Amino acid sequence: MARAALRGGLSVAVARRWLEARVVDARAETPTARTLVLDVPGWPGHLPGQHLTVRLTSPDGYSAQRSYSIATPDSGARVELTVQLVPEGEVSEFLVTGVQVGDAFEVRGPVGGWFVWRAEDPAPLLLVAGGSGIVPLMAVVREHRRLLAPQPLELVVSVRSPEDLYYAGELAGLPGVTVVHTRRAPEGSGRPPARLSAPELAAVVARLPEQPRAYVCGPTGFVEAVADALVALGLDPAEVRTERFGPS
Amino acid sequence: MAIVTPGFRGRGRSDDRVPPGQYLVEDFPVLSAGPTPRVPLDRWQFSIVTETGLQSSWSWDELQALPASSPTVDIHCVTQWSKLATTWKGVSLDVLLEDVDTAADYVLVHSYGGYTTNLPLEDLLDGKAWVAYEFDGEPLAPDHGGPARLLVPHLYFWKSAKWVQRLELRLDDTPGFWEQLGYHEYGDPWREQRYAGD
Ligand SMILES: Cc1cc2nc3c(=O)[nH]c(=O)nc-3n(C[C@H](O)[C@H](O)[C@H](O)COP(=O)(O)OP(=O)(O)OC[C@H]3O[C@@H](n4cnc5c(N)ncnc54)[C@H](O)[C@@H]3O)c2cc1C
Repeated sequence: MARAALRGGLSVAVARRWLEARVVDARAETPTARTLVLDVPGWPGHLPGQHLTVRLTSPDGYSAQRSYSIATPDSGARVELTVQLVPEGEVSEFLVTGVQVGDAFEVRGPVGGWFVWRAEDPAPLLLVAGGSGIVPLMAVVREHRRLLAPQPLELVVSVRSPEDLYYAGELAGLPGVTVVHTRRAPEGSGRPPARLSAPELAAVVARLPEQPRAYVCGPTGFVEAVADALVALGLDPAEVRTERFGPS
Repeated sequence: MAIVTPGFRGRGRSDDRVPPGQYLVEDFPVLSAGPTPRVPLDRWQFSIVTETGLQSSWSWDELQALPASSPTVDIHCVTQWSKLATTWKGVSLDVLLEDVDTAADYVLVHSYGGYTTNLPLEDLLDGKAWVAYEFDGEPLAPDHGGPARLLVPHLYFWKSAKWVQRLELRLDDTPGFWEQLGYHEYGDPWREQRYAGD
């Protein structure tokens, strides 16, 4: 799997320096998730799908590092993250409820050369997100729109309830977006709340003209189930890229 | 100089068993680049191929018949989690390499599904590495690399290739999957060797 793709020239430099990231804007994405807009002078640029490492340092010198996906395509020194509040979480709690506009911390990146989308790739795109797994896929969606890219794109997002959908306003206006609710569906929705099923995935795949390249991101259980279902539907495992985060 | 972020306190320093930049988890996160390969045990095989092309192979039953060890080890993932005192069962690479005649200094590990990773041969010897098939007293789950994975706890966990299939002994070093994507050649957690050049 890896080999074939690597022969295509995937080689990615990882920025080694810690860079100062200043929070220039922050907005609530859902009641438990917040988007931070960072200004990172010297940011080397990135591909949709990549992540970075955040390092927070306390006044007594203690520091903690975590990975966060980048929610937006490359746009100079501006980098956006969307962080989900993990109760008792050391870093996420601070990023969602503590950090203020004007504060700074450090980032390093971009990281990840596999779970990335390159606009030259002609394959249709199938993006499947569970919860905060939408973050790196949103960077792909946004880049695809910015470039008016010709590849057909389908995005499937699974959330517990309507309040849990990130980027709801932006997604509402887009074609090729399927939102699935697992616990509580919106008023008047024809679909009772349930996990994303294999037939639903099959219907989305069937809308694409040929074998897509799939990107699946979310909690481990979700990624396992979706990736297995896609392989069972006949997708080449080498065309199914996964990123797992959140609870396992 | 690190930038101090006012208001951030953190949970405080953790103990000496946790390498720098790592935090402890109780659960067992999963990270891999694609779908989980599923290998039926009757078709499973593990091989070691020397630099001259000589191959030693073990079927599942043959592997199970070898003397096993039950290491309890701390593991460290490059994505910053560490997990202390994990218990495994498997066959030491010392056992598997015992009758293999080689002058190689390097190993390229191949997995079912196509994943690869490289490491020096000496990092697999002297009780430092296993082909593990049980975790916590249970058969190793497919998402954690079952039926069998390499276990090299002193290096970042991407070196502990899941779904291990074959060790290719080599005279020269050649980067594996993540190593070609910018990760460190060696990956010592205590020296924070995360990315190339660290
Ligand atoms: C490649 C990658 C990309 C990612 N992208 C994103 C992203 O875009 N957005 C996002 O929100 N996250 C993302 N993550 C996850 C992120 O890196 C963090 O894991 C997440 O924010 C939680 O970190 P934390 O410090 O808040 O929680 P931690 O402090 O690490 O806690 C993790 C878990 O342990 C539990 N826990 C912690 N301490 C204790 C304790 N003392 N006792 C009991 N339980 C405890 C917490 O409740 C929680 O369930 C990504 C991860 C990876 C690997």
